[in-house]
Amino acid sequence: MIAIIDYGMGNLFSIYNGLRRVYDRPMVIGADNITDMRAAEGVIVPGVGAFDDCILNLEPFSEALIEVVESGVPVLGICIGMQVLFDASEEGNEKGWGLIPGEVVRLPANVRVPHMGWNNLHLQRDSELLDGITDDDYFYFVHSYYCVPRDDDATVATVDYGLELAAVVNKENVYGVQFHPEKSSKKGLQVLSNFVGVCK
Amino acid sequence: MLAKRIIPCLDCDFGVPGGRVVKGIEFKQIRYAGIPWDLAAEYDEQGADELVFLDITASHERRETMAHVIEKTASNVFMPLTVGGGIHSLEDARRAFNAGADKVSVNTAALKNHELVNELARRFGSQACMVAIDAKRRYVQREDAAREIIETKEGKCWFECSFYGGRKFTGVDALKWAMEVEERGAGEIMLTSMDRDGTKDGFDLELTSAICDRVNIPVIASGGCGLPEHIKDVFKFTDASAALAASIFHYKEYTIRDVKQYLQDNGIHVRL
Repeated sequence: MIAIIDYGMGNLFSIYNGLRRVYDRPMVIGADNITDMRAAEGVIVPGVGAFDDCILNLEPFSEALIEVVESGVPVLGICIGMQVLFDASEEGNEKGWGLIPGEVVRLPANVRVPHMGWNNLHLQRDSELLDGITDDDYFYFVHSYYCVPRDDDATVATVDYGLELAAVVNKENVYGVQFHPEKSSKKGLQVLSNFVGVCK
Repeated sequence: MLAKRIIPCLDCDFGVPGGRVVKGIEFKQIRYAGIPWDLAAEYDEQGADELVFLDITASHERRETMAHVIEKTASNVFMPLTVGGGIHSLEDARRAFNAGADKVSVNTAALKNHELVNELARRFGSQACMVAIDAKRRYVQREDAAREIIETKEGKCWFECSFYGGRKFTGVDALKWAMEVEERGAGEIMLTSMDRDGTKDGFDLELTSAICDRVNIPVIASGGCGLPEHIKDVFKFTDASAALAASIFHYKEYTIRDVKQYLQDNGIHVRL
């Protein structure tokens, strides 16, 4: 079973539907069934909203989530769900989860913010998550802050938006994508399908 | 590199059971282009970057139908979906998001209650809060300190915001309003030229540039698109992030893929 965490910040319709296309047993984990997360083979942290709200709303899930991460179960953070995997963000005062060392910073003033629309990846290293994905494939981004991993090795792919910023990160069983795979048409579903593969 | 976006607009009549995409009005009779989710799937296949559903329904039963249409579309088409036309409150917005919309677009309601923009951005995030601005040229003889006056080929003018689907005017300066909605937290502006809308003469490049120069959020140009060339021009001569068009795609004059291929051949960066 792959769990999608519902921390009450936005509808999970799209991510649930997207995952359903490539996998038949997604389960939405809300505040009332947190313990079910312990049986998960993979966990998705969707992302909508601001950094602090996200951290605070995820608080009830953090214990179970840390346990799951430590047991080696793959975790995929999407957009703000990727940003909370880091140590801290300029957007807020709350501490991030620190699962991937690094910071989250504001996009510079010389580009339009948010970075909104379809952009192509620049692959930096191999990862199962991007099987079948090339530099010519586009994904839908919408964000105003971006992740700066401390270790270069954490960056799987970058995206060019005036500067090269981290689009896909990975450290051991922890994965993050800045774009929305559930909004990125066929290639987005391919990434979700790859994550399902990672979970098996 | 970020691609310029091509966004087909589906004008929807949600008064008809199941909803219909409106193709245009001839002899006072509305003609229907098809079922919204079928067209959405077709545009997805053609490589559309996003879809905008514009509610043109006059009746009140539309809410349920709108939610159903968005739900059906979102379960089949995996790209950003915007709902506009019937959003007057946070509750309307919530209904659209729960059905699977990613953004809502507000015009009339925001002009009547500016605070709605802040509330939408705070509750659902700036990325989900699009403000639609319908602007009309008002030519003037001399400078007016209260207005943002633009020098155009046709003379000096300012731009007035209209609401109620272009039926009423507000006296509000569109350029100032654009800056204000950015300040209030809007994540994107959908800018329609009332002078060009329906003419197929091309986008109002002077208006689009004037807005793009004044805000740092993405701007979608709309109104007047009749040829692929018009889309090329709006990307070549302004800093618009996206172009919205309805009729050239509905009438199947050009597929989205045709238009994108043409843009790429002309040095515009698109997702093909």
